[in-house]
Amino acid sequence: MKTVLEAKNINKYFKKPVLFHVLKDINFKINEGEFVSIMGKSGCGKSTLLYILSTMDSDYEGDLYLNNDLLTGDSRNKLSYVRNKHIGFVFQFHYLLSEFTVLENVMLPAKKLGEKSVKQIEKDALEKLRILNIEHLAHKKASQVSGGEKQRVAIARALINNPSIIMGDEPTGNLDSHNADNVFNIFKKLSVEENLSLLIVTHDEDFANRTDRIITMEDGRIIS
Amino acid sequence: MVNWTIILNIAKTHLLTKFKQTAIAALGVTFGIGAYITLVSFMTGLNAMLDDLILNQTPHIHVYNEIEPSKEQPIEAYDAFKNSFNVVHSIKPKLSQKKIHNALPIIHFLNKKEEVKGAIPQIKTQIFYISGSIEIAGNITGIQPVEEARLFNFRDYIIEGSPEKLKNTDNGILLGSGIAKKMSLTVGERVQISTINGDVFPLRIVGIYQSGVADLDAIQSFVNLKTVQRILGETENYITDINVKLFDIDKALPLSKKIEAQFNLTAIDINTANAQFETGTTIRNLITYAVSVTLLIVAGFGIYNILNMLIYEKMNDIAILKAIGFSGKDVQYIFMSQAMIIGIVGGVLGLLIGFIFTNIISTIPFKTEALPTVETYPINFNGWFYVIGIVFAMISTFFAGYLPSQKAKKIDPVKIIRGQ
Repeated sequence: MKTVLEAKNINKYFKKPVLFHVLKDINFKINEGEFVSIMGKSGCGKSTLLYILSTMDSDYEGDLYLNNDLLTGDSRNKLSYVRNKHIGFVFQFHYLLSEFTVLENVMLPAKKLGEKSVKQIEKDALEKLRILNIEHLAHKKASQVSGGEKQRVAIARALINNPSIIMGDEPTGNLDSHNADNVFNIFKKLSVEENLSLLIVTHDEDFANRTDRIITMEDGRIIS
Repeated sequence: MVNWTIILNIAKTHLLTKFKQTAIAALGVTFGIGAYITLVSFMTGLNAMLDDLILNQTPHIHVYNEIEPSKEQPIEAYDAFKNSFNVVHSIKPKLSQKKIHNALPIIHFLNKKEEVKGAIPQIKTQIFYISGSIEIAGNITGIQPVEEARLFNFRDYIIEGSPEKLKNTDNGILLGSGIAKKMSLTVGERVQISTINGDVFPLRIVGIYQSGVADLDAIQSFVNLKTVQRILGETENYITDINVKLFDIDKALPLSKKIEAQFNLTAIDINTANAQFETGTTIRNLITYAVSVTLLIVAGFGIYNILNMLIYEKMNDIAILKAIGFSGKDVQYIFMSQAMIIGIVGGVLGLLIGFIFTNIISTIPFKTEALPTVETYPINFNGWFYVIGIVFAMISTFFAGYLPSQKAKKIDPVKIIRGQ
């Protein structure tokens, strides 16, 4: 099976306020179509790990591979491009550009990538919104839709460039159980139907138990 | 790779949703540029008018015979005292004729030169205006009226009558406005003048002359060249002054030196004669630019401030943009283009306001005794001011936007996202 994401011997230190070894020798792989969750107590370093894997944090030791390409040491511009093309992101808070419409928010990463015409992008974006059952919100301002809907818009945005992997930092953490369930089902469907890899940091045990694999972290190490 | 469409789109949306702040920032620029255009147009217009007042009627080179002592005293020519230190007391000016020797051939020679727009003769002499038993001292200048009008804007200073009328009237005189007022004379009446030798001539007033300089208008009058020659009992080649106008004023100094050397005459160029005007102009320009630059710097700080606030407000947006693949540079361009849009819109509006203001000012009546030709406030409509204005608006907004945008570029998205 094809490996999408691979971390080799990743170590990370916080230098302020005192030197602190956050991540200790992290090694793991994520295969294509795998739905993986990361669990662990607050402060165990799981979010820190996620931001390293997402390429937003480049201050670490070790090697990071995406689709078997080494990303460690690449320039920030190159990493921005990789994030844009290969990684979709969903956060705990909704993080939409509130002054833009839902559709524009979804289209933004694709416009940035600039591989397709605006018409094509718009068609794709509407398609993604349709998959997530929020087509009717397309022309509303992002600030005018509810929390659960926002999270779905964020997922649609993460999907727009057909990424290799979707990463989530507690994407259901701020949602009620109904919406959380909804989001989980969407992720599951993407994993099964589209063969998409997912890596989700979560506190929600029910959520984690339903994923393919759980990576448990404690004090900066993977314990299982 | 920079995708400008999307960057400008985001910049535009930011600006439009914060329309009030945007408008205030742009108004700062508008005010600065508008004030600059108004100020500089008005000031340079005024400068040009003041300069014209003197320089237009001043010849670029004035050639005449100076009464002066000999540069070489006879004793220096005597061999016996060659190596001694000679002191000569009570040196007197050399007796020389007032008229320019061979004036007509010299005028002919100068007129043939390429750089000379025109060289015309004048005769200056002292006379008395006679009103009953009162004699008022004055000057009379013999001129070629139509040529004077062509080269030295003479027509602007004739408030009644015309150069042609003087030319066509034998024994005609253009009387200074001051002397006309003193003697209660108007056009069509006669005035008697007497030469220094005591000969009295009646002349017909064909017009009134007013230079704007009261002291001059109280004594100065103009007549035809021939009239003066007749009054003085001189021949047609009696010329005391030659006035030269050039195409290029910068050539005045070298040509004047050449004339002095070639004809053994005194030739004064315009810059030597009117050095103080240059100084005044420079200082007025300096003040204008200092005020304008100050206004624009203040406007620049306004933009800086508003962009800084905008970036604080948009921290989340910046983080999300970076997370979904916008590079630091892209984010910087977004804020830079916001600054530049504010600068361009504000600047163009400023040019427009400046243009409207200067147009309004140029219609306000401005009547003054000293300036017979000026009826409204003088404005210099120069395209370069507008070019400088818009360029300055863009440069100042560029710098005002650069620092905040640099900050936006460096924002770490992880810190913002995790900080929530």
